[in-house]
Amino acid sequence: MHPVTTVHYLALSAALLLIGTIGVLTRRNIVIILMSIELILNAVNINLIAFSHAWHNVGGQVFAIFVITDAVAEAAVGLGILIALFRNKETVQADEIDLLKW
Amino acid sequence: MLDTVLFYSFAVLVLGGGILTITRRNAVHSAISLIVSLLGVAGLYLLQQAEFLFAVQIVLYVGGIMVLFLFVIMLVNLDDAAHARQFNRQWVVALAAVAAVGAELGYFFHRGAGAFHIAEAAAVLPPGTGNTEALADSLFSEYLLPFEIASLVLLVAVVGSVIMAKKRI
Repeated sequence: MHPVTTVHYLALSAALLLIGTIGVLTRRNIVIILMSIELILNAVNINLIAFSHAWHNVGGQVFAIFVITDAVAEAAVGLGILIALFRNKETVQADEIDLLKW
Repeated sequence: MLDTVLFYSFAVLVLGGGILTITRRNAVHSAISLIVSLLGVAGLYLLQQAEFLFAVQIVLYVGGIMVLFLFVIMLVNLDDAAHARQFNRQWVVALAAVAAVGAELGYFFHRGAGAFHIAEAAAVLPPGTGNTEALADSLFSEYLLPFEIASLVLLVAVVGSVIMAKKRI
């Protein structure tokens, strides 16, 4: 077996990014779209940690903490919007929310 | 050897959990699969000697964000959504676009794999400094201003989500 290198981690993170992107682009349920965004942010974090480990620089881990902070903020605001939306429109399907379309 | 085995088992957890997350009909099943995926990512952090982030990932992501998600899933009625069509009409275009990006990334990794060997040759960390210690050192000296801005972002997010979820302001 080949030893695990940085490229392995980058390929894994790219695969997770693509899975998350497929979820964001194709699903109709807003809750699952928000979960796919979490997958994308985790792919970014794997990338940052891989380079932080390869270069023995702790800056990558600091930025991973900032990414996690933003993920928390995004989840809180996104789920707040979802609750307000469900109260007004009684739906969680992304393509049924077309108030700004004509 | 053990590193390789652990890496591939965590990779299976991460990718399998991710694929299950975006394909399940029931949102609760999706959330459980996402938790599996996040735990796999935490294991990868441990393999990369980022012990502090391993703890943060489990406490904050699995313990915080995913509980928030499950709360909202219970709060919002998802029964109709589970019986409706799961994928939107543009899914063919979306898959084609993602496949194009995937091919691009694959080509990049195939051609650029040699360039990462410089990164492999770096020296080991000096003994005596823990990961958490080094991280705190960097966070509170070099990245102090971004750290304070992050706290402001969290404050704005808290106020914003309260205003969003309130019935009348």
